[in-house]
Amino acid sequence: MDALVPLFDALLGALLLWLAWQSIFAADLFRAVVSFMIFGLLMALAWVRLEAPDIALAEAAIGAGVTGALLLSALGRLPRERYAEAAQHILSHSYWLLFWAPVVLLAWFLWSLEAAPPSPPGLGEMVAIHQPAAGVDNPVTAVLLAFRALDTLLEIGVLLLGSLAIWSLGPSPWSTGPAMPSPALPAMARALFPAFVLVSVYLLWRGSHAPGGAFPAGAVMGAGGVLMLLAGARPWLTGGEQGPWRWLLTLGLGTMLVVASVTQFAGYVFFQYPSDWSGRLITLLELAAGLSIALLLFALYLGGQPPVRWRDRGWQ
Amino acid sequence: MSLVEWLGLLMVLFGLPFFFLGTVGLLRFPDVYTRLHALAKGDNVGLGLVCLGLGLQSGSLAMTLKLLLIWILMLIASATGVGLIARTALSRGVRPWGL
Repeated sequence: MDALVPLFDALLGALLLWLAWQSIFAADLFRAVVSFMIFGLLMALAWVRLEAPDIALAEAAIGAGVTGALLLSALGRLPRERYAEAAQHILSHSYWLLFWAPVVLLAWFLWSLEAAPPSPPGLGEMVAIHQPAAGVDNPVTAVLLAFRALDTLLEIGVLLLGSLAIWSLGPSPWSTGPAMPSPALPAMARALFPAFVLVSVYLLWRGSHAPGGAFPAGAVMGAGGVLMLLAGARPWLTGGEQGPWRWLLTLGLGTMLVVASVTQFAGYVFFQYPSDWSGRLITLLELAAGLSIALLLFALYLGGQPPVRWRDRGWQ
Repeated sequence: MSLVEWLGLLMVLFGLPFFFLGTVGLLRFPDVYTRLHALAKGDNVGLGLVCLGLGLQSGSLAMTLKLLLIWILMLIASATGVGLIARTALSRGVRPWGL
Protein backbone atom coordinates (compact mmCIF):
# COMPACT_ATOMS: atom_id res chain seq x y z
CA MET A 1 0.00 0.00 0.00
CA ASP A 2 2.85 2.39 0.88
CA ALA A 3 4.23 2.12 -2.64
CA LEU A 4 1.06 3.77 -3.91
CA VAL A 5 1.56 6.99 -1.90
CA PRO A 6 4.52 8.41 -3.92
CA LEU A 7 2.64 7.41 -7.07
CA PHE A 8 -0.39 9.40 -5.87
CA ASP A 9 1.83 12.40 -5.04
CA ALA A 10 3.52 12.27 -8.44
CA LEU A 11 0.13 12.07 -10.17
CA LEU A 12 -1.14 15.00 -8.09
CA GLY A 13 1.91 17.10 -8.95
CA ALA A 14 1.67 16.30 -12.66
CA LEU A 15 -2.07 17.08 -12.67
CA LEU A 16 -1.41 20.42 -10.94
CA LEU A 17 1.18 21.38 -13.57
CA TRP A 18 -1.17 20.37 -16.39
CA LEU A 19 -4.09 22.30 -14.88
CA ALA A 20 -1.90 25.37 -14.37
CA TRP A 21 -0.90 25.11 -18.04
CA GLN A 22 -4.56 24.77 -19.05
CA SER A 23 -5.72 27.70 -16.96
CA ILE A 24 -3.12 29.98 -18.55
CA PHE A 25 -3.03 28.74 -22.13
CA ALA A 26 -6.47 27.28 -22.87
CA ALA A 27 -7.88 29.06 -25.93
CA ASP A 28 -11.39 28.88 -24.46
CA LEU A 29 -11.76 31.17 -21.43
CA PHE A 30 -14.48 29.00 -19.89
CA ARG A 31 -12.14 26.04 -20.01
CA ALA A 32 -9.39 28.15 -18.45
CA VAL A 33 -11.66 29.19 -15.55
CA VAL A 34 -12.83 25.63 -14.89
CA SER A 35 -9.21 24.44 -14.98
CA PHE A 36 -8.34 27.13 -12.44
CA MET A 37 -11.14 25.98 -10.11
CA ILE A 38 -10.05 22.32 -10.32
CA PHE A 39 -6.49 23.53 -9.76
CA GLY A 40 -7.67 25.15 -6.51
CA LEU A 41 -9.32 21.93 -5.33
CA LEU A 42 -6.29 19.76 -6.15
CA MET A 43 -4.00 22.38 -4.58
CA ALA A 44 -6.04 22.00 -1.37
CA LEU A 45 -5.42 18.25 -1.63
CA ALA A 46 -1.70 18.93 -2.06
CA TRP A 47 -1.72 21.06 1.11
CA VAL A 48 -3.43 18.17 2.92
CA ARG A 49 -0.64 15.87 1.70
CA LEU A 50 1.88 18.41 3.08
CA GLU A 51 0.03 18.23 6.44
CA ALA A 52 -1.07 21.87 6.33
CA PRO A 53 -4.84 21.58 6.80
CA ASP A 54 -5.23 25.30 7.60
CA ILE A 55 -3.95 26.33 4.19
CA ALA A 56 -5.95 23.51 2.59
CA LEU A 57 -9.16 24.89 4.10
CA ALA A 58 -8.38 28.44 2.98
CA GLU A 59 -7.32 27.27 -0.49
CA ALA A 60 -10.48 25.20 -1.01
CA ALA A 61 -12.79 27.95 0.25
CA ILE A 62 -11.10 31.00 -1.29
CA GLY A 63 -8.97 29.64 -4.15
CA ALA A 64 -11.50 27.24 -5.62
CA GLY A 65 -14.83 28.50 -4.29
CA VAL A 66 -14.94 32.27 -4.04
CA THR A 67 -12.37 33.07 -6.74
CA GLY A 68 -13.99 30.55 -9.09
CA ALA A 69 -17.41 32.12 -8.56
CA LEU A 70 -15.91 35.59 -9.19
CA LEU A 71 -14.20 34.47 -12.40
CA LEU A 72 -17.31 32.66 -13.68
CA SER A 73 -19.55 35.65 -13.06
CA ALA A 74 -17.02 37.95 -14.76
CA LEU A 75 -16.95 35.53 -17.71
CA GLY A 76 -20.75 35.59 -17.93
CA ARG A 77 -20.70 39.38 -18.33
CA LEU A 78 -17.95 39.43 -20.96
CA PRO A 79 -19.23 40.18 -24.48
CA ARG A 80 -18.79 37.38 -27.00
CA GLU A 81 -16.32 39.15 -29.28
CA ARG A 82 -13.99 39.85 -26.36
CA TYR A 83 -13.67 36.08 -25.90
CA ALA A 84 -11.71 35.49 -29.10
CA GLU A 85 -9.64 38.63 -28.63
CA ALA A 86 -8.66 37.58 -25.12
CA ALA A 87 -7.83 34.09 -26.34
CA GLN A 88 -5.42 35.47 -28.94
CA HIS A 89 -3.93 37.80 -26.39
CA ILE A 90 -3.27 34.95 -24.01
CA LEU A 91 -0.97 33.16 -26.44
CA SER A 92 1.40 36.12 -26.83
CA HIS A 93 5.07 35.59 -26.06
CA SER A 94 5.26 37.42 -22.76
CA TYR A 95 2.97 34.83 -21.19
CA TRP A 96 5.33 32.05 -22.19
CA LEU A 97 8.04 33.79 -20.20
CA LEU A 98 5.65 34.08 -17.25
CA PHE A 99 5.06 30.35 -17.37
CA TRP A 100 8.57 29.12 -18.04
CA ALA A 101 10.50 31.39 -15.68
CA PRO A 102 9.02 29.78 -12.51
CA VAL A 103 9.33 26.30 -14.05
CA VAL A 104 13.03 26.82 -14.78
CA LEU A 105 13.56 28.32 -11.31
CA LEU A 106 11.79 25.36 -9.73
CA ALA A 107 13.84 22.87 -11.77
CA TRP A 108 17.05 24.65 -10.74
CA PHE A 109 15.92 24.61 -7.11
CA LEU A 110 15.11 20.88 -7.24
CA TRP A 111 18.46 20.21 -8.94
CA SER A 112 20.39 22.09 -6.26
CA LEU A 113 18.59 20.29 -3.40
CA GLU A 114 20.78 17.97 -1.38
CA ALA A 115 19.95 14.29 -1.43
CA ALA A 116 19.13 14.42 2.27
CA PRO A 117 17.50 17.80 2.92
CA PRO A 118 18.69 19.61 6.07
CA SER A 119 16.22 20.36 8.84
CA PRO A 120 13.86 23.15 7.80
CA PRO A 121 15.22 26.56 8.80
CA GLY A 122 11.71 27.79 9.62
CA LEU A 123 10.44 29.36 12.80
CA GLY A 124 8.45 26.30 13.90
CA GLU A 125 10.49 25.77 17.05
CA MET A 126 10.21 29.42 18.08
CA VAL A 127 6.43 29.24 17.65
CA ALA A 128 6.25 26.02 19.67
CA ILE A 129 8.26 27.60 22.49
CA HIS A 130 6.26 30.82 22.70
CA GLN A 131 2.82 29.44 21.90
CA PRO A 132 1.62 29.13 25.53
CA ALA A 133 2.03 32.90 25.87
CA ALA A 134 -0.38 33.48 22.99
CA GLY A 135 -3.30 31.93 24.83
CA VAL A 136 -4.51 29.71 21.95
CA ASP A 137 -3.83 26.03 21.30
CA ASN A 138 -3.56 26.22 17.52
CA PRO A 139 -0.07 27.34 16.40
CA VAL A 140 -1.42 28.71 13.10
CA THR A 141 -3.90 30.97 14.89
CA ALA A 142 -1.15 32.03 17.29
CA VAL A 143 1.01 33.09 14.34
CA LEU A 144 -1.83 34.76 12.42
CA LEU A 145 -3.31 36.81 15.26
CA ALA A 146 -0.54 37.18 17.82
CA PHE A 147 3.03 36.80 16.50
CA ARG A 148 2.40 38.11 12.99
CA ALA A 149 -0.87 39.98 13.56
CA LEU A 150 0.43 42.87 11.44
CA ASP A 151 0.36 40.59 8.35
CA THR A 152 -3.26 39.67 9.03
CA LEU A 153 -4.09 43.35 9.54
CA LEU A 154 -2.60 44.15 6.13
CA GLU A 155 -4.43 41.20 4.49
CA ILE A 156 -7.79 42.42 5.74
CA GLY A 157 -6.78 45.93 4.69
CA VAL A 158 -6.12 44.65 1.15
CA LEU A 159 -9.56 43.00 1.05
CA LEU A 160 -11.18 46.25 2.25
CA LEU A 161 -9.24 48.30 -0.32
CA GLY A 162 -10.31 45.86 -3.05
CA SER A 163 -13.99 46.16 -2.23
CA LEU A 164 -13.64 49.96 -1.91
CA ALA A 165 -12.17 50.05 -5.42
CA ILE A 166 -15.01 47.86 -6.73
CA TRP A 167 -17.65 50.06 -5.10
CA SER A 168 -16.13 53.08 -6.75
CA LEU A 169 -16.37 51.45 -10.21
CA GLY A 170 -20.12 51.96 -10.42
CA PRO A 171 -23.43 50.44 -9.36
CA SER A 172 -23.68 46.68 -8.90
CA PRO A 173 -25.00 44.91 -12.04
CA TRP A 174 -27.05 42.51 -9.90
CA SER A 175 -30.78 42.79 -9.43
CA THR A 176 -32.69 40.37 -7.25
CA GLY A 177 -35.49 37.98 -8.04
CA PRO A 178 -35.71 34.67 -9.86
CA ALA A 179 -33.79 34.69 -13.13
CA MET A 180 -34.21 31.03 -13.98
CA PRO A 181 -37.33 28.95 -14.39
CA SER A 182 -35.99 26.22 -12.11
CA PRO A 183 -37.40 26.11 -8.57
CA ALA A 184 -34.61 23.74 -7.48
CA LEU A 185 -31.90 26.37 -6.86
CA PRO A 186 -33.93 28.64 -4.52
CA ALA A 187 -35.19 25.56 -2.65
CA MET A 188 -31.65 24.20 -2.26
CA ALA A 189 -30.25 27.58 -1.21
CA ARG A 190 -32.96 28.00 1.43
CA ALA A 191 -32.36 24.48 2.72
CA LEU A 192 -28.55 24.74 2.79
CA PHE A 193 -28.00 28.30 4.04
CA PRO A 194 -28.37 27.26 7.72
CA ALA A 195 -25.67 24.63 7.05
CA PHE A 196 -23.37 27.38 5.70
CA VAL A 197 -23.95 29.44 8.87
CA LEU A 198 -23.36 26.39 11.08
CA VAL A 199 -20.12 25.38 9.32
CA SER A 200 -18.89 28.96 9.41
CA VAL A 201 -19.49 29.36 13.15
CA TYR A 202 -17.93 25.95 13.77
CA LEU A 203 -14.79 26.87 11.81
CA LEU A 204 -14.51 30.15 13.72
CA TRP A 205 -14.86 28.40 17.08
CA ARG A 206 -12.45 25.65 16.05
CA GLY A 207 -9.78 28.17 15.10
CA SER A 208 -8.57 28.57 18.68
CA HIS A 209 -7.52 24.93 19.06
CA ALA A 210 -7.47 23.25 15.62
CA PRO A 211 -7.34 24.11 11.89
CA GLY A 212 -10.01 26.69 11.15
CA GLY A 213 -10.27 30.36 11.93
CA ALA A 214 -11.46 33.63 10.49
CA PHE A 215 -10.47 33.24 6.83
CA PRO A 216 -12.08 29.83 6.12
CA ALA A 217 -15.12 30.78 8.24
CA GLY A 218 -15.53 34.08 6.41
CA ALA A 219 -15.09 32.40 3.03
CA VAL A 220 -17.76 29.75 3.78
CA MET A 221 -20.16 32.44 4.98
CA GLY A 222 -19.44 34.61 1.93
CA ALA A 223 -20.02 31.62 -0.36
CA GLY A 224 -23.38 31.03 1.36
CA GLY A 225 -24.30 34.63 0.59
CA VAL A 226 -23.25 34.20 -3.04
CA LEU A 227 -25.43 31.07 -3.29
CA MET A 228 -28.42 32.99 -1.92
CA LEU A 229 -27.76 35.83 -4.38
CA LEU A 230 -27.64 33.38 -7.31
CA ALA A 231 -30.90 31.85 -6.09
CA GLY A 232 -32.55 35.26 -6.36
CA ALA A 233 -32.66 36.32 -2.71
CA ARG A 234 -32.56 39.99 -1.78
CA PRO A 235 -29.15 40.69 -0.18
CA TRP A 236 -29.00 42.30 3.23
CA LEU A 237 -25.99 44.33 2.16
CA THR A 238 -27.03 47.74 0.81
CA GLY A 239 -25.05 50.78 -0.20
CA GLY A 240 -26.97 53.18 2.06
CA GLU A 241 -24.81 55.67 3.89
CA GLN A 242 -26.84 55.43 7.09
CA GLY A 243 -26.94 51.64 7.36
CA PRO A 244 -24.68 49.47 9.51
CA TRP A 245 -22.98 47.87 6.50
CA ARG A 246 -20.07 50.23 6.11
CA TRP A 247 -19.29 49.76 9.78
CA LEU A 248 -19.50 45.96 9.46
CA LEU A 249 -17.25 45.94 6.37
CA THR A 250 -14.58 47.81 8.29
CA LEU A 251 -15.21 45.98 11.58
CA GLY A 252 -12.28 43.52 11.18
CA LEU A 253 -9.69 46.14 10.30
CA GLY A 254 -11.10 48.59 12.82
CA THR A 255 -11.11 46.13 15.73
CA MET A 256 -7.53 45.07 15.00
CA LEU A 257 -6.37 48.68 14.84
CA VAL A 258 -8.23 49.57 18.06
CA VAL A 259 -6.78 46.58 19.93
CA ALA A 260 -3.27 47.28 18.65
CA SER A 261 -3.44 50.99 19.54
CA VAL A 262 -5.08 50.57 22.94
CA THR A 263 -2.50 48.00 24.06
CA GLN A 264 0.20 50.37 22.85
CA PHE A 265 -1.18 53.19 24.99
CA ALA A 266 -1.37 50.77 27.94
CA GLY A 267 2.38 50.39 27.81
CA TYR A 268 2.80 47.39 25.53
CA VAL A 269 4.37 47.11 22.07
CA PHE A 270 2.17 47.41 18.94
CA PHE A 271 0.08 44.19 18.82
CA GLN A 272 1.45 42.86 22.08
CA TYR A 273 -1.46 41.61 24.18
CA PRO A 274 -1.58 41.54 28.00
CA SER A 275 -0.93 37.86 28.78
CA ASP A 276 -4.13 37.40 30.85
CA TRP A 277 -6.26 38.80 28.05
CA SER A 278 -4.48 37.24 25.10
CA GLY A 279 -6.86 34.33 24.44
CA ARG A 280 -9.98 36.51 24.77
CA LEU A 281 -8.55 39.27 22.58
CA ILE A 282 -7.67 36.76 19.87
CA THR A 283 -11.20 35.33 19.96
CA LEU A 284 -12.61 38.86 19.65
CA LEU A 285 -10.32 39.63 16.70
CA GLU A 286 -11.26 36.35 14.99
CA LEU A 287 -14.96 37.09 15.38
CA ALA A 288 -14.65 40.62 14.01
CA ALA A 289 -12.33 39.54 11.18
CA GLY A 290 -14.53 36.57 10.21
CA LEU A 291 -17.65 38.74 9.99
CA SER A 292 -15.83 41.38 7.95
CA ILE A 293 -14.22 38.82 5.62
CA ALA A 294 -17.61 37.20 4.90
CA LEU A 295 -19.17 40.56 4.04
CA LEU A 296 -16.12 41.75 2.09
CA LEU A 297 -16.02 38.62 -0.09
CA PHE A 298 -19.75 38.99 -0.74
CA ALA A 299 -19.24 42.68 -1.56
CA LEU A 300 -16.47 41.73 -4.02
CA TYR A 301 -18.88 39.33 -5.74
CA LEU A 302 -21.51 42.06 -6.14
CA GLY A 303 -19.11 43.71 -8.61
CA GLY A 304 -20.04 47.29 -7.78
CA GLN A 305 -21.71 49.49 -5.22
CA PRO A 306 -24.96 47.86 -4.07
CA PRO A 307 -28.03 50.11 -4.35
CA VAL A 308 -29.64 51.75 -1.35
CA ARG A 309 -32.75 49.65 -2.04
CA TRP A 310 -32.62 46.40 -4.02
CA ARG A 311 -35.05 46.23 -6.96
CA ASP A 312 -36.85 42.99 -7.79
CA ARG A 313 -36.14 41.61 -11.22
CA GLY A 314 -39.36 39.59 -11.48
CA TRP A 315 -39.92 36.53 -13.61
CA GLN A 316 -38.25 36.59 -16.99
CA MET B 1 -8.75 -7.62 8.77
CA SER B 2 -12.10 -8.10 10.39
CA LEU B 3 -15.29 -8.96 8.53
CA VAL B 4 -16.53 -5.32 8.67
CA GLU B 5 -13.29 -4.06 7.12
CA TRP B 6 -13.52 -6.62 4.32
CA LEU B 7 -17.10 -5.50 3.75
CA GLY B 8 -15.89 -1.88 3.59
CA LEU B 9 -13.20 -2.76 1.07
CA LEU B 10 -15.77 -4.61 -1.00
CA MET B 11 -18.08 -1.57 -0.96
CA VAL B 12 -15.28 0.75 -2.14
CA LEU B 13 -14.30 -1.66 -4.92
CA PHE B 14 -17.96 -2.02 -5.86
CA GLY B 15 -18.32 1.78 -6.06
CA LEU B 16 -15.39 2.35 -8.42
CA PRO B 17 -17.04 0.94 -11.60
CA PHE B 18 -19.90 3.44 -11.17
CA PHE B 19 -17.42 6.35 -11.34
CA PHE B 20 -15.72 4.73 -14.32
CA LEU B 21 -18.98 4.16 -16.20
CA GLY B 22 -20.21 7.67 -15.36
CA THR B 23 -17.00 9.10 -16.86
CA VAL B 24 -17.29 6.86 -19.93
CA GLY B 25 -20.85 8.11 -20.35
CA LEU B 26 -19.70 11.74 -20.02
CA LEU B 27 -17.11 11.21 -22.75
CA ARG B 28 -19.06 8.99 -25.13
CA PHE B 29 -22.76 9.97 -24.94
CA PRO B 30 -24.07 12.12 -27.81
CA ASP B 31 -25.58 15.24 -26.17
CA VAL B 32 -25.58 17.27 -22.97
CA TYR B 33 -28.72 15.68 -21.49
CA THR B 34 -27.60 12.06 -21.81
CA ARG B 35 -24.14 13.01 -20.52
CA LEU B 36 -25.61 14.67 -17.44
CA HIS B 37 -27.82 11.64 -16.91
CA ALA B 38 -24.86 9.25 -16.96
CA LEU B 39 -22.57 11.46 -14.88
CA ALA B 40 -24.98 12.39 -12.07
CA LYS B 41 -26.43 8.93 -11.59
CA GLY B 42 -23.14 7.06 -11.84
CA ASP B 43 -21.19 9.40 -9.56
CA ASN B 44 -23.92 9.59 -6.92
CA VAL B 45 -24.15 5.82 -6.55
CA GLY B 46 -20.36 5.47 -6.71
CA LEU B 47 -19.79 8.14 -4.06
CA GLY B 48 -22.43 6.60 -1.80
CA LEU B 49 -20.77 3.19 -1.96
CA VAL B 50 -17.27 4.64 -1.46
CA CYS B 51 -18.42 6.74 1.53
CA LEU B 52 -20.19 3.77 3.11
CA GLY B 53 -17.15 1.55 2.50
CA LEU B 54 -14.72 4.08 3.98
CA GLY B 55 -17.04 4.55 6.95
CA LEU B 56 -17.12 0.80 7.59
CA GLN B 57 -13.32 0.66 7.31
CA SER B 58 -12.88 3.56 9.74
CA GLY B 59 -14.63 1.53 12.43
CA SER B 60 -16.18 4.65 13.97
CA LEU B 61 -19.89 5.46 13.90
CA ALA B 62 -19.30 9.24 14.03
CA MET B 63 -16.95 9.06 11.04
CA THR B 64 -19.44 6.93 9.08
CA LEU B 65 -22.24 9.41 9.76
CA LYS B 66 -20.01 12.33 8.69
CA LEU B 67 -19.15 10.56 5.43
CA LEU B 68 -22.82 9.81 4.80
CA LEU B 69 -23.63 13.49 5.47
CA ILE B 70 -21.07 14.45 2.80
CA TRP B 71 -22.82 12.03 0.44
CA ILE B 72 -26.26 13.54 1.15
CA LEU B 73 -24.94 17.09 0.58
CA MET B 74 -23.37 15.91 -2.69
CA LEU B 75 -26.70 14.33 -3.72
CA ILE B 76 -28.54 17.62 -3.15
CA ALA B 77 -25.86 19.71 -4.89
CA SER B 78 -25.44 17.43 -7.90
CA ALA B 79 -29.18 17.00 -8.43
CA THR B 80 -29.65 20.79 -8.35
CA GLY B 81 -26.62 21.50 -10.52
CA VAL B 82 -27.53 18.92 -13.14
CA GLY B 83 -31.11 20.23 -13.25
CA LEU B 84 -29.85 23.80 -13.71
CA ILE B 85 -27.47 22.85 -16.53
CA ALA B 86 -30.17 20.84 -18.32
CA ARG B 87 -32.83 23.57 -17.97
CA THR B 88 -30.42 26.27 -19.12
CA ALA B 89 -29.44 24.16 -22.15
CA LEU B 90 -33.10 23.54 -22.96
CA SER B 91 -34.02 27.23 -22.67
CA ARG B 92 -31.11 28.13 -24.97
CA GLY B 93 -32.48 25.80 -27.61
CA VAL B 94 -30.12 22.81 -27.33
CA ARG B 95 -32.23 19.99 -28.77
CA PRO B 96 -32.10 16.55 -27.16
CA TRP B 97 -30.40 13.89 -29.28
CA GLY B 98 -32.72 12.05 -31.65
CA LEU B 99 -35.53 14.62 -31.53
